[in-house]
Amino acid sequence: MTDDEFAAYQSLSEETEDHRWAFGTGFTDPLEGIDASVPDGVDAAALTAYCLALGDDALIYSHRLQQWMTRLPELEEETALANVALDLLGQARMLLARAGQAEGRGRREDDLAFFRDEHEFRSVRLAEHTDADFAELAGRLLVFSAWRLALFGRLAGSADPVLAAIAAKGVNELTYHRDYAAQWVIRLGDGTPLSHDRMAAALGVIWPLADELFQADPMTDRLPGVAADPADLRAEVDAVLDEVLAAATLDRPHAAPLARVAGRSGRDGVHTEAFGYLLAELQSVARAHPDATW
Amino acid sequence: MEEPQVRSGWPLYEVFLRGKRGLNHVHVGSLHAADPQMALRHARDLYTRRNEGVSIWVVAAADITASSPDEKDPFFAPSGDKVYRHPTFYQLPDDVPHM
Repeated sequence: MTDDEFAAYQSLSEETEDHRWAFGTGFTDPLEGIDASVPDGVDAAALTAYCLALGDDALIYSHRLQQWMTRLPELEEETALANVALDLLGQARMLLARAGQAEGRGRREDDLAFFRDEHEFRSVRLAEHTDADFAELAGRLLVFSAWRLALFGRLAGSADPVLAAIAAKGVNELTYHRDYAAQWVIRLGDGTPLSHDRMAAALGVIWPLADELFQADPMTDRLPGVAADPADLRAEVDAVLDEVLAAATLDRPHAAPLARVAGRSGRDGVHTEAFGYLLAELQSVARAHPDATW
Repeated sequence: MEEPQVRSGWPLYEVFLRGKRGLNHVHVGSLHAADPQMALRHARDLYTRRNEGVSIWVVAAADITASSPDEKDPFFAPSGDKVYRHPTFYQLPDDVPHM
């Protein structure tokens, strides 16, 4: 019997409960055993705001994806995007919970998700965009996940151990999201003349929203070693997008960035018109039945 | 009469998973996809959501050659009375597991 075979038989005879389950076990808590106190020398208020911003990006984006459910062209795509939405919701929960911990005022993830108003949300405006068609869904997910993956790759080495653990878990999820989106952008861009034109039009709509992702943010200056400078991410994200667009036979759109409002944008709590409707739907049940459990 | 409308123009793929404890890939179901690469991703999204798998195979259903129910008897009945093909006449030591 070779070593491999022996190991395989041994794994079958292990004295665990796992064999009783038809599906997989071995689920892990990514934050298990990690000290949740804010490290010495880290600006707790800035850490709160930073986790809130990254958590809001995921929460709002996840909700937009959830709104696609039952409307997608194939059952298989529906499950794929529900998985993506669930991954992002998981990231949002951990980041909002971390924001609440760092804030130290006893607010939990649900308080932050459901009982803040529009101007208190710090998500980028790309997250709240309503996809007009599947091409916009794919293009927007490509830009968002390529950017967030570059960001989380850096945050995995953050001086805040909780943020580092959340980012390290997110890297695998975002790698898949980016791959999924890239596959579709290439498939549609390099498909029929009609799908090519619609994919190109979708990128033209998404591109103005991308600039905000790389805007300098005073918050990150207050978190040396903890946060990542948004401007540093641009080269990595551009390289990924250029590679995908080349494979998709699409040109990089020439589009002016979406204007800021009096110098403010999503990270400052200034959102597009679409945001209020999204938030109303997201929060209505929790506000109608505060503290309800089921 | 017109052909009934097919919901998906995508061909069918059969999905085989090897679990963490499994020694071989096991058929778990099927799905629609435009090509094998998409089928692999759909399989990941549909059949490994509960931490089941460590390896996925997808095979176009059209590529599978299956035995026919009509041939069941000539195929399988002849082995029904050949009990000597089972190694049941050996004395097994008590400490040999998984037999």
